[in-house]
Amino acid sequence: MMSFLTGLLRLRRRPWEMLATILIGLGVFMLMQPFALALFTWSFLVTLAGTVMFIIVSHFPD
Amino acid sequence: MTDPITAAARATPAPVARRIRGLSDRAIAWLFVAPTIFLLLAINIFPLIWTIRLSFTNYAANRPNREVEWVGLRNYERILTDDGIWANMQTTAHFLLWTLFFQVVIGFTLAWLINRKFKGNDLLTTLIVLPMMLSPAVVGNFWTFLYQPQIGLVNYVVELVSGIPASSFSMLGPGGYAPWSIIIVDTWMWTPFVMLICLAGLRSIPDYIYEAAEIDRASKWRQFWTITVPMVLPFLMLAVLFRGIENFKMFDMVVLLTGGGPGNETLLASIDLKREAFEKWRTGYSSAYAIILFVTVFGLASIYVKALNKVKER
Repeated sequence: MMSFLTGLLRLRRRPWEMLATILIGLGVFMLMQPFALALFTWSFLVTLAGTVMFIIVSHFPD
Repeated sequence: MTDPITAAARATPAPVARRIRGLSDRAIAWLFVAPTIFLLLAINIFPLIWTIRLSFTNYAANRPNREVEWVGLRNYERILTDDGIWANMQTTAHFLLWTLFFQVVIGFTLAWLINRKFKGNDLLTTLIVLPMMLSPAVVGNFWTFLYQPQIGLVNYVVELVSGIPASSFSMLGPGGYAPWSIIIVDTWMWTPFVMLICLAGLRSIPDYIYEAAEIDRASKWRQFWTITVPMVLPFLMLAVLFRGIENFKMFDMVVLLTGGGPGNETLLASIDLKREAFEKWRTGYSSAYAIILFVTVFGLASIYVKALNKVKER
């Protein structure tokens, strides 16, 4: 956990990619879940944020 | 006697030859790549940018002369607060989760069984892989016949096994079986794909690891959970992501089987999108719908590429 946070602070690719992946996964879950319409409403923004983040952070150093 | 290359060089007119000699390696590389880049821009990038632009308007493709209004984020707002579209997403999720579950379980089991050496192994592998090679249109059509209540083989087998009269229920009609019918067909068609990927994973495990485990007196059960499963997992992830993306976009086979019906029971997001775009002609609205689906698939594809690189690193 500590190395993950350090990686985030030092702008390393792996932890940021992990974060972007989590956001994308969360966005897809929110899009398809049957529990709350509000989650569905915000799903697109979360997925978009994750995807854009993924594109940017894949250029970060290892 | 001169060789053909020298002859061709001599036959090249002097101005052309001078121009070719004058090109740097980088220029020649660009010359070769340029047609592909042009096609990519014309066929992929331009329509994408155009769709993004349309998604902010009320454009209707069947009324090209009507004045196009800029509606901002209203299309996105309407889609993301629509109960009907939310329900379609859940139908897509139901289809996606169950097909992935069955394909992974059956695909991995088949790969594990096929990985052993026995007579007729190659023939059996070919037979199992056959459904994957068929066109979805063909598969959709012949499963429609198999699901026919009167003459279909599926209803006949159900009657034979359970005694329920064959003509008393329809797999593709009302009664709640239609979502499961499309899951069965997709599982039948694409399990071999998952099996092949798992088989590649299983065959990549070196024998010496199992031999070392045998020496350490590890049981078969322990070998399976501590060697086989962890080493096949990246391959399995790859198969899940690939099938997940493909099934999220599923259109052709389901249209042929049920057309989204009965009611909206099998109305997947992609089928609904086609209806909005080419039956209701709400082009701006459907463009926003398409962008939402595109971003989702693009996000999943990014994870897919990452997983692929991980498998390559092994």
